Amino acid sequence: MSEVALVAAYALRESLRRRVFLVVLILTTLFLVLYTVGAIFAFDDLESGPAAQFGVGDLVDERQLRGSTILGLAMFSTLFLGAVLAVFLTMGAVRGDADQGLLQPMVVRPLGRTQLLAGRFAAAAAVCAAYAAAVYLLAMLITGVVGDWWPDRVLGPALGLAAGVVVIAALSLLGSVFLSATANGIAVFMVFGAGLAAGLLGQIGEALDSASLSRVAEVVSLALPFEALYQAGLAGLTADAGGITGAVVELGPFGGAQEFGPMLWPWAVVYVLLVGLAARAGFARRDL
Amino acid sequence: MTAALVAAGVTKRYGAKDALLGADLRVEPGQLFGLLGPNGAGKSTLVKIACGLVRPSAGTVEVLGVPAGSAAARAGIGYLAELFRFPGWLSADELLVLHQRLAGSEGGAGERQELLRLVGLAEAAAVKIEGMSKGMQQRLGIAQALVGSPRLLMLDEPTSALDPVGRRIVRELLTEVSGRGVAVLLNSHLLSEIELVCDRVAIMLGGRIVQEGAPSELASPRGVEVETAAGSRVFEGAARDDAPRIVADLVQAGEQVYAVRVLASTLEETYLETVGAA
Repeated sequence: MSEVALVAAYALRESLRRRVFLVVLILTTLFLVLYTVGAIFAFDDLESGPAAQFGVGDLVDERQLRGSTILGLAMFSTLFLGAVLAVFLTMGAVRGDADQGLLQPMVVRPLGRTQLLAGRFAAAAAVCAAYAAAVYLLAMLITGVVGDWWPDRVLGPALGLAAGVVVIAALSLLGSVFLSATANGIAVFMVFGAGLAAGLLGQIGEALDSASLSRVAEVVSLALPFEALYQAGLAGLTADAGGITGAVVELGPFGGAQEFGPMLWPWAVVYVLLVGLAARAGFARRDL
Repeated sequence: MTAALVAAGVTKRYGAKDALLGADLRVEPGQLFGLLGPNGAGKSTLVKIACGLVRPSAGTVEVLGVPAGSAAARAGIGYLAELFRFPGWLSADELLVLHQRLAGSEGGAGERQELLRLVGLAEAAAVKIEGMSKGMQQRLGIAQALVGSPRLLMLDEPTSALDPVGRRIVRELLTEVSGRGVAVLLNSHLLSEIELVCDRVAIMLGGRIVQEGAPSELASPRGVEVETAAGSRVFEGAARDDAPRIVADLVQAGEQVYAVRVLASTLEETYLETVGAA
């Protein structure tokens, strides 16, 4: 266990040195500042919004509509920034480092390849999960302070985002066993895009009431569970919304998210373990 | 006594290319073993298999009596790759701390200071690796390989970036380490270095070991040179054992003998003959 911690600490120091965290910190600060400005404008003039203009101001909770939409946008951005962080922390962990001659001096030591992989994963997962949860909670705080609106579930969306980026880190680590750093980065972002496309497909299927589209989206989301976890978190924002407000939220850009039921979390854990086992098997067979 | 390294019938195939075609090798404790061969002969592949970095396609390799690549084998080796890189953001001392932890060494600061002194970097403990010359990094790499007092040290081209002073430091270091009972497998193109420090040499060619022995055994006789009052004469084809008889014959013939020198090919000449013949 101490060997895993040692490799994890080394990986984190290396990331600090490469200024990954500095770049992410600057981007995140910029995002949160823009989000605050966006939230101020979003909650401005609530009484004369579209609901009032269509004469349904009494039936639709305009504050909830705007709050859930803008916080949904924050969740999407957080997932993207978390994915960037996860990929940059892991994309060159095996083949990239081996190509540079950085890995061999460590692999010949008694600690073993499994511990090396576990350490790299532990470092990336801890950082990415903490980052995603923290950014989401900050965005939620900004939304609450600026717009006086709070999501129906507070922890669920944070956990969904955190787990989502952990899944992305695991996939990126698996890719690093077989691909060069650049190729792996591109591949993981394409997989990430495929997951998002599946989510959008599901929302379209929901809006069109198409069972086939929804089914395809569901299968893809479970095959790439970071998307399912993100959607489950998104659904938690308006879990208690009902009536016309709930229906309008469903039609919004971040509505129609699926919860995927209680088996999602065990599946996500099993998925990460399977990805880890595949990475371990690939690394064990890899000539360095 | 358990051999430091035993390779038996080792083959390695990368796709359609054969890197090793049945290599056999034995390195004893305390032996300074030089591995020679042209590029692509399979030297680095054999060393990497011994380190557990590459899996053999067939054959067996044992390190210190246990299978190469096992945790027990890795615990007893030190290794410096031909193409290596250390994180530039670490200082020399920090790199050794990292490897002490990875190797489970309890040598502490004393071990680190001693290793840096051995490679001539005692004053550079706090210097960041990114600020070091290639030669300094190579010497630090050797210090890194010695962390945890390995019983088998495998160095792949360890002097390629060193100046003459650096090479001399490494030569003295290898002799000292070998004197402590550590087996050293030295993979190098620098034949003069190998000849100076190694007590056993193997020449690899096309994935096989084609010649092996002490440097003196590998050298072929080139005659005996005798300096007399009439000048130098070379008795071609004569060997060391023929020298007393040649001197006796010359003295009996009334010649004054001032010096006798047995001529033999250098390791470089032997190597070039072997490689050239192939």
